[in-house]
Amino acid sequence: MILTMALIVGALFGAGTYLVLQRTLTRIVLGLGLWTYGANVLLLLAGGRAGAPPLLDGDAPAASFADPLPQAMILTAIVITFGITAFLLSLAYRSWTLTGDDMAEDDVEDRRIAGRWRVPAASTTEEEDDVV
Amino acid sequence: MNVLVPALIALPTLAAGVSMAFWRRVLVQQLLGLAVLGACLTGAASLVFTVADTGPVAIHLGGWPAPIGITLVVDLLAALLLTMSLAAVVAVFVFAIGQPRADKSAYYFHPLYLLLTAGVSASFLTGDLFNLFVAFEVMLSVSYVLITMGGRRDQVRAGMTYVVINLAASTMLVTTIALIYAATGSLNLADVALRLDTVPHGLRQVFATMLFLTFGIKSAIFPLFFWLPDSYTTAPVTITAVFAGLLTKVGVYAIIRTQTLLFPADHALSTLVLAVAALTMIAGVLGAIAQDDMKRILSFHIVSQIGYMLFGLGLYDAAGLAAAIFFMIHQIPVKTALFMVTGLTETMTGTGALHRLGGLVRRAPLSAVVFLLAALSLAGIPPLSGFFGKLALLQAGFAAGVWSVSAISLVVSLLTLFSMTKIWAAVYWNEPEEPPPLESARGTGRLRAPLLMNLSTAALVATTVAIAICAQPIWQLCLLAARELLDPRAAYITAVFRR
Repeated sequence: MILTMALIVGALFGAGTYLVLQRTLTRIVLGLGLWTYGANVLLLLAGGRAGAPPLLDGDAPAASFADPLPQAMILTAIVITFGITAFLLSLAYRSWTLTGDDMAEDDVEDRRIAGRWRVPAASTTEEEDDVV
Repeated sequence: MNVLVPALIALPTLAAGVSMAFWRRVLVQQLLGLAVLGACLTGAASLVFTVADTGPVAIHLGGWPAPIGITLVVDLLAALLLTMSLAAVVAVFVFAIGQPRADKSAYYFHPLYLLLTAGVSASFLTGDLFNLFVAFEVMLSVSYVLITMGGRRDQVRAGMTYVVINLAASTMLVTTIALIYAATGSLNLADVALRLDTVPHGLRQVFATMLFLTFGIKSAIFPLFFWLPDSYTTAPVTITAVFAGLLTKVGVYAIIRTQTLLFPADHALSTLVLAVAALTMIAGVLGAIAQDDMKRILSFHIVSQIGYMLFGLGLYDAAGLAAAIFFMIHQIPVKTALFMVTGLTETMTGTGALHRLGGLVRRAPLSAVVFLLAALSLAGIPPLSGFFGKLALLQAGFAAGVWSVSAISLVVSLLTLFSMTKIWAAVYWNEPEEPPPLESARGTGRLRAPLLMNLSTAALVATTVAIAICAQPIWQLCLLAARELLDPRAAYITAVFRR
């Protein structure tokens, strides 16, 4: 059982990583979603073996029912990820209305360096700044 | 104490809700914000004096004892940093009130700002690993909205990077928390510290590295800092100012807290931390030198200065940690003030691009003086506050025999000074190569900024000067805080389990 769960966590993290490395924000959001699922399953796993009843009356020993804390943590984590995912999707939509796509931008420095290669004349003003 | 400490988190949260209800009346929002933030600042300052006398204090919410209930812990480190952060928060709030607002949709700024304050306070005060995650999320969720406030094209693009990076780091934090819970069965930081004794050395190193990396992304250490200069520069300048002063420092606080509390000296990652510190300093300052916009130069300097704080942590002795704490106390107001000067410049001229600015030393002398003091303090010129921070770090570095990183930190200081003189020469001395975008800023007449903006910037710079003047007593407090950190069993853990 634990091995199966561990493999599921690994698969979720692996697939999530693949999606996060894509260029469009909607895919990145799906990837992040898979990551958080992976983390949540891992939290569930941290609570011990499956199969114990969720609640017993007051006299039962603590080891005989399931640890409630991971479930509370997962619930909190789900709520937080839900909110942020909604925000990210609205950002993706905003990006789509403004520019027609939701691609992640190249790094600003990378673009500047690439610009220097293509148009050497354009870099003169920057060189003057360096002299100062 | 039992009321004061939770109030530092609850009061701004409640006020955020009330402020939301008054979204049509900006004046009410402003007065409410000022009153609440001022009260929090006073409360935090009083905590410094209490905690310096009594040692760390733990508050058990709802009366549940330590490992079961939610614990808030105030030690000297948390109290000092919280006070400095709230001072910066108040100054930026006044600055924002003074700013002429072109953007009518900004009515949600005040509630969000209060919620950000609550998140920052909660991060400093929590004594529980999972609550630390929640506090970070409160703070970061607000920062996502603030950083994209306005919804311009470049903001949306930069905001995407910022949110994705932070969400990835948060997922990593949850994963780490799950692993630590699986290994120890507890989340209370003090309890985890005790239970980690039975965990094998190798596993402890994994936890230490994962926590370091997670909080490292949030505090922009090398090589995880690339998101910071890109996203901070597109936000409105008041937002950048408060982020620059607070968010990365909360990340560094979390690194110092978790590393010193959970992983005492024999398990520490000193070599890794020292190497990362040196690389962060170099990468940040070299990045800054290549820029030609005030906001981007200063953003890279945020990264560079994080290296100094890690340097102090990496030494892992009382002198090193005390120096790191002093450096953070100095860094919060200085960094915020530098971004506020950028805001002043942008308000007066409409740009922060170096080649479109010039001659401001005659046209806006007050902003020139304020910038000069803050910039020299950042570079570490005596007798300003940065000098004492760097002196303490160097003394600790030489005493510990870490010559290489000490030498690097000296070179980086010199390069910081060079980069500050670049701004000074371009913005304040030279004539502009191209005229500034604002019509009113052309010509050679005096430039004026609203009184409140000038006043709040000057007040924050005065704080950094005051830190330099009171360097000795503040250094004693830092030393006391560092000794508490180095012996958590005598201070922090005892306070949490005291009945």
